[in-house]
Amino acid sequence: MRFGIVTFPGSNCDYDAYHAVTEILGEEAVYLWHKDHDLQGSDVIILPGGFSYGDYLRVGAIARFSPIMQEVAAHAKAGGPVLGICNGFQIACEAGLLPGALMRNSHLQFVSADVRIRVENSDTLFTNRYDRGEVLKIPVAHGDGRFVATDEVLDRLEGEGQVIFRYADAGGNISADANPNGSERNIAGIVNDAGNVLGMMPHPERACSPLLGSSDGVRLLESILSRVTA
Amino acid sequence: MSKFRIAVHITPRKGLLDPQGNAVRDALRTLGFKAVKDVHVGRYIIVETDAYDAIEAEETVTDMCRKLLANPVTEDFEIESAVTT
Repeated sequence: MRFGIVTFPGSNCDYDAYHAVTEILGEEAVYLWHKDHDLQGSDVIILPGGFSYGDYLRVGAIARFSPIMQEVAAHAKAGGPVLGICNGFQIACEAGLLPGALMRNSHLQFVSADVRIRVENSDTLFTNRYDRGEVLKIPVAHGDGRFVATDEVLDRLEGEGQVIFRYADAGGNISADANPNGSERNIAGIVNDAGNVLGMMPHPERACSPLLGSSDGVRLLESILSRVTA
Repeated sequence: MSKFRIAVHITPRKGLLDPQGNAVRDALRTLGFKAVKDVHVGRYIIVETDAYDAIEAEETVTDMCRKLLANPVTEDFEIESAVTT
């Protein structure tokens, strides 16, 4: 399977994603330049973390106008998997691929730490190798990670099982203390209505080796692999 | 066509937590401005554009706000009257 990793000006997790896909997962990966219009036959698109366009105007606001995003949007509309991590989540929201938006952390500080997230739905393209209720250790590194949406949207996301990760403590309890950024309802990751676009603030690609303190991110990539090749 | 300048004020949507505004509010109170009730920090954008008249210029900038300058999920916007330049 071929993963296409988009490089925007200011992306800084594209190499991490490349490493995770090629060295850990053992699949093929290509970098997709933001000015190109070619997904190079990619089966899965990763919008990586970073600070695309210097976070000018709002996080993710300018990246959605990159030429490559037309093809990414078409890929998503056709049901192709898209994984938006951190800045990629912000971009996916700005591009309308996902509902809601990411705002400045409630405590105003940049947070770089390992956090725990609980798997809320294990019957998705991205989480079928996890158990529901399982607690994962995955790092976050962001200043604008507070997920917000209207109550109607939040209710719908929860009702349809589209909230797939929530910030929790090590015991799996959802609490304000376990919430690193003030996200509504402790939401750490969501999928779109069709279930083929995932946005999440934590970085699974940085949790792919015991050397890095956690391998909990590997099964997210394996989940995609099992569904797409099945 | 004439040249117009329009100022746009973008503020956090009312009702949403505004941690930046709260931090500035608390700092002002610490400075002794005890009467300060609330502070909101937003963005101020100046757009210069060609248009047939002020109405067209204002409509265009309103469209810009909806499509890019403001995020409808998190922000409110107001535009000032167009000024010829």
